[in-house]
Amino acid sequence: MSILVNKDTKVIVQGFTGKEGTFHAQQCMDYGTQIVGGVTPNKGGMTHLGKPVFNTVEEAVKATGATVSMIFVPPAFVADAVMEAADAGIELAVIITEGAPVRDMMYAKHYATKKGMKTIGPNCPGIITAEECKIGIMPGNIFKKGNVGLISKSGTLTYEASNQVVKEGLGITTAVGIGGDPIIGLSYKELLPMFEEDDETEAIVMIGEIGGDLEIQAAKLIKEKITKPVIAFIAGQTAPKGKRMGHAGAIVSGSKGTAQEKMEALREAGVYVVESPADIGVTVAKALKERKNK
Amino acid sequence: MNIHEYQAKEIFRKYGVPTPRGGVAFSGPEARRVAEELGGNLWVVKAQIHAGGRGKAGGVKLARSLDEVEKIAEEMLGMKLVTHQTGPEGKIVKKVYVEEGADIKAEYYLGMVLDRALEMPVMMASTEGGMEIEEVAEKSPEKIIKVAIDPTIGFQPFHARKLAFGLGLGKDEQKEFIKFANALYNVYMDNDAELIEINPLIKTGEGKFLALDAKMSFDDNALYRHPDIADMRDLDEEEPTEIEAKKYGLSYIKLDGNVGCMVNGAGLAMATMDIIKHEGGEPANFLDVGGGANPDTVAKGFEIILSDPNVKSIFVNIFGGIVRCDRVANGILEATKKVEVNVPVIVRLDGTNAKEAAEILKNANIKNIIPAKDLKDGAKKAVAAAKGEL
Ligand SMILES: Nc1ncnc2c1ncn2[C@@H]1O[C@H](COP(=O)(O)OP(=O)(O)OP(=O)(O)O)[C@@H](O)[C@H]1O
Ligand SMILES: [Mg+2]
Repeated sequence: MSILVNKDTKVIVQGFTGKEGTFHAQQCMDYGTQIVGGVTPNKGGMTHLGKPVFNTVEEAVKATGATVSMIFVPPAFVADAVMEAADAGIELAVIITEGAPVRDMMYAKHYATKKGMKTIGPNCPGIITAEECKIGIMPGNIFKKGNVGLISKSGTLTYEASNQVVKEGLGITTAVGIGGDPIIGLSYKELLPMFEEDDETEAIVMIGEIGGDLEIQAAKLIKEKITKPVIAFIAGQTAPKGKRMGHAGAIVSGSKGTAQEKMEALREAGVYVVESPADIGVTVAKALKERKNK
Repeated sequence: MNIHEYQAKEIFRKYGVPTPRGGVAFSGPEARRVAEELGGNLWVVKAQIHAGGRGKAGGVKLARSLDEVEKIAEEMLGMKLVTHQTGPEGKIVKKVYVEEGADIKAEYYLGMVLDRALEMPVMMASTEGGMEIEEVAEKSPEKIIKVAIDPTIGFQPFHARKLAFGLGLGKDEQKEFIKFANALYNVYMDNDAELIEINPLIKTGEGKFLALDAKMSFDDNALYRHPDIADMRDLDEEEPTEIEAKKYGLSYIKLDGNVGCMVNGAGLAMATMDIIKHEGGEPANFLDVGGGANPDTVAKGFEIILSDPNVKSIFVNIFGGIVRCDRVANGILEATKKVEVNVPVIVRLDGTNAKEAAEILKNANIKNIIPAKDLKDGAKKAVAAAKGEL
């Protein structure tokens, strides 16, 4: 088992024939992902990387039965692509593109939610179920199969964490890069319960960052609902207090979003909070051992 | 991107959000001319910097004569203003805004920002307007009224009524307020604003609402569709090295320590600073080389890090994904030919093609380059090197 995607997941690529789309779609196929086609308006009927190209997502879904879309279109067109996917009945859109305007994502996310489509990202490495299905830009070889779920706001730190877990002789079930933009799709609060339900996952690594209060909300949820061990690292403990303008940011969330505040809340919820990013792997091993001994 | 008060007020006027009349000035005589044109007998001279808290720090002053306007402007220009939002280094005042003095009957707070948890903009108002609003939020949050606005229905009169009743406004004032709030919503949405803050929003003796202060910032990702706003960017408000870094696709922030860092990815870059501190050192900077680490960007990265004389060692921490480590290693070698690197460089390359990379660095045999086997080893060595203990 795993969460959200596996070896049977059928994936289309929006922005399939572009430079990025082409390169990463090929990498995903090499990993074993079932890329069944792609969408590029006005290139319908073509074959690209041995797969059919369609003009619309609707046609692609009809012809291929795809349920997931990996989105590589340029920032100005991301919202449109996400909404098209939602409209066509895609179940999960993985948005890799960096630099999409926040207002666009706000509308796109509202529409996706209304249509029952889940989203991951934007501005994220994507999602990978180890040795089965990679939908994104992460280096697949780092993610060996195992029993640790991984949720991360940051791209390279996801790789670092997985690498450390693997070095401990352990591995990953599914790793999800949720991205750190102001509006994101699936976040800790949806993914933690999925890992809790997943039979194969025995521990969950959660990587956060300064800013916002998603980690604080996650802490509440962990305290109430998560029984599996959670290991957390929050990047930005030493980040300088940013120069800022105005007061509204601090007022709206009621929290300052510092690493210290988040670490405190997570510790309070019984999470293994690591201070050094080099200790993620060893702490996972320790948490699993403690769980077994219980 | 942040803009100045006078620029935000220009945008406000375009949308029918009332503000006092005023004009920007770069010298004492110019300030005097602006005041003369405005007329009246009470003016306010306001330092234009990208930070709040100016009032308390002496950056907002009343003037009762043209001579006084000129004198205050002269004193303010070139002055270093330190407020609780500038950081201890403060900001040099390069322009002032001269506006007509307002007849303040009541001061309110009105702001708009994205609520990330609700995924919609919220408008916030409080009767406790003025300079202590953050304290109010912390100590008596019930005094701040918030309404979330679903962008798919837009701003409705009921949103405004909720705020108006919360502020205890009478029937006649409500009408005015609803118009004001509606215009403000349009400013926010149309321009891809990230933040608008009016502190204080005032009620004048005549019962009119006026935005006395205006702070605005914008979503950088959306600037491409607002060239008029992009033009408002004031490079004087940004760090020159940070601007230079941006040209090469690097994001750099200078800090006070002596261990330089060059990392790919913002999260790993922050984590690298954290581990340096954890191992007993102090990071000299944040530097994210992004996804495109090539010889040019790496060379530029070294150059920028070394422009800080405090730097005693550099920790290069790259986790290769799509970026292959062997290419980064070659980049580092080429960079050391372009830039004279005279401090120890601790290099940790992991991920795709890490073995080949280690081989390349070993064969090159450059005395200042010290390989590290993982994150912890690299951080330890970089900290030791900065202390001269390696
Ligand atoms: N045109 C004006 N007429 C009269 N008083 C004014 C005027 N502009 C500003 N003031 C007074 O000066 C105070 C400080 O000005 P302003 O709010 O613009 O700057 P600030 O101190 O940077 O704001 P903040 O504390 O919100 O960061 C206001 O609260 C108001 O009382
Ligand atoms: Mg103010």
